[in-house]
Amino acid sequence: MKLYLKYDVQTIFRKILEEQLNTLNIKYEISGLGEIYFDEPLGIDDLKQVSTLLEIYGIEIINDHKSQVVQRVKEAITEIVADSSILNNKKMSDYLSERINYSYTYLSSIFSEVTYSSIENFLIIKKIDRVKELLLTEFTLKEIAHQLGYSSVAHLSGQFKKTTGLTPTSFQKIVKIRNSK
Amino acid sequence: MYKEIIKILLVDDDEDDRLFFKEAIDELGMNTSLSFFENGQEFIDFMKVPGQALPHIVFLDLNMPVKNGLECLEEIRNDKTLKDLTVAVYSTSSSEQDIENTFIAGANIYINKPNSFNKLKKVIKKVLELNLQYHTSNLNKDTFLLNI
Repeated sequence: MKLYLKYDVQTIFRKILEEQLNTLNIKYEISGLGEIYFDEPLGIDDLKQVSTLLEIYGIEIINDHKSQVVQRVKEAITEIVADSSILNNKKMSDYLSERINYSYTYLSSIFSEVTYSSIENFLIIKKIDRVKELLLTEFTLKEIAHQLGYSSVAHLSGQFKKTTGLTPTSFQKIVKIRNSK
Repeated sequence: MYKEIIKILLVDDDEDDRLFFKEAIDELGMNTSLSFFENGQEFIDFMKVPGQALPHIVFLDLNMPVKNGLECLEEIRNDKTLKDLTVAVYSTSSSEQDIENTFIAGANIYINKPNSFNKLKKVIKKVLELNLQYHTSNLNKDTFLLNI
């Protein structure tokens, strides 16, 4: 028998953090998707413990400044894709720059250096990934296009085909057959 | 995280194609390591050695003697350790049915073999960059499909 599940990464991530951090006796606060505030600075042993606890879940502590910046850009973009109203009619570049407190030129350059890709490209990949998710549900192409801020179904299909080389319909067909094997 | 070397495996029985591929990768300027296998059986045997580290991506020629690409692909997807490998298949065919069948058989990427060196470089670059995103950015690997 098959069960189909839907899940929310943010909730899972938060729960894991809480469960693991609660086993230590340190006061902490989870802020946003990837930040933990500790009232007191952590000693090396505590830091190591936290690292070990989180490692099993594939959660890593990011050490260097550039990777941190990239991570924050990715988080912001993930949120924008999940809910485009966050932008509030602002340009994405302005939004990112204000939120992360660096010029967009700086953000772009660090992002490209670390990831071999551009911020704009990353946004498209994330959006299309979300489209794929929705294509496997009961939503129509029209609803999906609207949800993700595309001006039309044609616009969505165009970007989908450009990014994946497949039409949304082909994609649906392939995944359906694959999943029924 | 990204300073990590991208581990690439290539399974192709043609020596010229292997050389071509290697030259293309060398010219990309990305941090990569490349290993070759001359046929599908060699590749599977190697991967099944206990403790073998998984590569970031495997490029598989569809037309090979001994074990052809599709058979290889099916064996990969049915194997516990190997089933999450990112597999890029390439072929000279551009028939829509062949492409669909390859994806249905479990390929992540279908490459229509480019006829020029520069095109090959472009294609490999796009594939490696996209694959890197899948390894590092919380994207759904089950629906990683690229036709290029």
